[in-house]
Amino acid sequence: MKLSGWGRYPQADCVVLRPRAIKDLKDALAQGPVIARGMGRAYGDSALNKRATIDMARFNHMLAFDPVSGLLTVEAGVVLGDIIEVFLPRGWFPPVTPGTKFVTVGGMIAADVHGKNHHKHGSFGNFVEWLDVLGPDGEIRRCARAENNDLLAYTIGGMGLTGIILRVAFRMQPVATAWIRQETRPAANLAAAMAAFDAADEWTYSVAWIDCLSRGDQLGRSLLLLGEHAREDELDAERRGTPFSTPRKRKLNVPLDAPTWALNKWSVRAFNQLFYRNGVRASGQSLVDWESYFYPLDGVGNWNRIYGRRGFAQFQCVIPLANSQAGISALLREISGSGQGSFLAVLKRFGRQDSRFSFPMAGYTLALDFPVNPTTLSLLEKLDQITIEHGGRFYLAKDARMKRGTMEQADDRTAAFRTMREKTGVAPAFTSMQSDRLSL
Amino acid sequence: MTKRPVLILGGGSDIGLAIARRFAAESYPIQLAARRPDELEPERADIALRHGVEVTLHRFDALEIEQIEAFFDNLPDTPGVVVCAVGLLGDQAEAEGNPRHARLVAETNFIGPMCALECAAARLAKLNEETAIIGISSVAGDRGRAVNYWYGASKAALTAALSGMGQCYAGSKLHVMTVKPGFVATKMTAGLDLPGALVADPAKLANLVYASFLKKTYTVTPLIWRLIMLIIKNIPEGIFRKFKRNSKHRVAQL
Repeated sequence: MKLSGWGRYPQADCVVLRPRAIKDLKDALAQGPVIARGMGRAYGDSALNKRATIDMARFNHMLAFDPVSGLLTVEAGVVLGDIIEVFLPRGWFPPVTPGTKFVTVGGMIAADVHGKNHHKHGSFGNFVEWLDVLGPDGEIRRCARAENNDLLAYTIGGMGLTGIILRVAFRMQPVATAWIRQETRPAANLAAAMAAFDAADEWTYSVAWIDCLSRGDQLGRSLLLLGEHAREDELDAERRGTPFSTPRKRKLNVPLDAPTWALNKWSVRAFNQLFYRNGVRASGQSLVDWESYFYPLDGVGNWNRIYGRRGFAQFQCVIPLANSQAGISALLREISGSGQGSFLAVLKRFGRQDSRFSFPMAGYTLALDFPVNPTTLSLLEKLDQITIEHGGRFYLAKDARMKRGTMEQADDRTAAFRTMREKTGVAPAFTSMQSDRLSL
Repeated sequence: MTKRPVLILGGGSDIGLAIARRFAAESYPIQLAARRPDELEPERADIALRHGVEVTLHRFDALEIEQIEAFFDNLPDTPGVVVCAVGLLGDQAEAEGNPRHARLVAETNFIGPMCALECAAARLAKLNEETAIIGISSVAGDRGRAVNYWYGASKAALTAALSGMGQCYAGSKLHVMTVKPGFVATKMTAGLDLPGALVADPAKLANLVYASFLKKTYTVTPLIWRLIMLIIKNIPEGIFRKFKRNSKHRVAQL
């Protein structure tokens, strides 16, 4: 069937298997290379394999929970939103969450996702106690800090290329309410935004919506959104008795593909202007429910259709701290100069991270999306070059079009990853269109 | 007041599990009974965690009819609702040539389940509380067709027996309900070439079953299937016989 990532670019005709049992997975492995797929929320071709894409939806059992330590054991196909629905009312929240709750735990590990608390808590992999991986030989290996540590380290952030993740045990965090105390701080330009991140280092959650079409001394103007899990005594009196109940949302839906001309520099510039002005007016503190705070776009079904039927490409890079200001400025100048419309882009300060193949490193990450067309594709190549010149690297979960050489230049861990794949025998068994494209 | 558990016979079946989840969502404890209960441990854990109810596993084989009394004796709690989702589509061609297979289909769909439900009904009625028996039969029992008439006939027997049992316990606090689901996307139908629009999701069927349980409906069939079967049942025999047996022929495959 026709399959794509969330960006709907590229699309490919893939054979999709929907196994029920471990035995079915072993049978599939015996037939040739496969890739596991969760909710298909990686933007590009990370979870596409034309010969055999394995839909893990049926491996969706929650297996155990320890209400003392918060250790939750689940099968890899369990969806983050289900975990929140079950455990938030009991006072537990995922330790790290990406910008959508429609992801599987297996996918969160494969991409080693980060959240707005990366500067404080690191990526999702930090909270993994152990995981079970089905290898190319059909053996299931338990990987933890004390056993099969190499396989654990490479599977976290390994894009599903080390085997099929079957079961995961990770630590949830206790929370007192389902609400976030949010503070909005406008920043007039990039330097101000970075200073604001530094000043807000103690906040658990921080992220900035950045207007990537503003220019001159407004280049990089942002709204910094800070958040803390609210305590019960911070809620309004009438909410205090029921700290985990939040208003039900009406879900919007994008019913059809927007025409490709609907997004242009004028419409996007006008939108960004409104958004920024509104943010400045509304700056200060407020209480926001968990869904609106963490997953604003989940409230709009099929929002990926606003980029039209040709789909869109995400760009997300991280620039190391020493070069962050120069690198991000150069990227923003290139983008605003091109006038290529990207709705609100995201800027975020990362903390330190030491890992084999995960994306984050200490520095600033910039994420934005573009409708796919020849102009934006060539713009993206320029952005690749700027990132490399400033010592940055790219997020594979967002990538749909990077060239092999770009990847190698940007990430000196690529060769070691490739060697590991060959040595352990996983290379011929687990491949995606992305791993083929980048020769991983 | 704590609720009595819901016992699912055929607890490993997709329909049985979906109904279990629906009742668990209403805080009913669940007893899953199946031939190989160990394999259901992930389901047990998942239902218990998601819904915060107690879920227990029990060994049950519908074909071991001498063990049925003992099976009910050994349950830790007497259930208030007993759902039977035991069934075997079998292989029609095999059943035609091999009487053993024919008997297996008849026993798995009718004799075994009905004996178990008789035993359950006697115990539930004795409780003198609001209780229910929910038997999963099939629209295949509404008219015998070339493609699966051993299956269809054994489901027809189950439907008739449940109807009789319902009359038998009328006026008591035990409600007997028959479910005839039509196509459902399950292990049983996996691999069959079915028209997608007519294949229901087990969770959807479970919603219908639960709503009907609350309303004390006698027979539950999705609306579209009531219409389809109305037509099929009324096709004159002479015309009906002109439908050749052909796996591509969707009307024949119902």
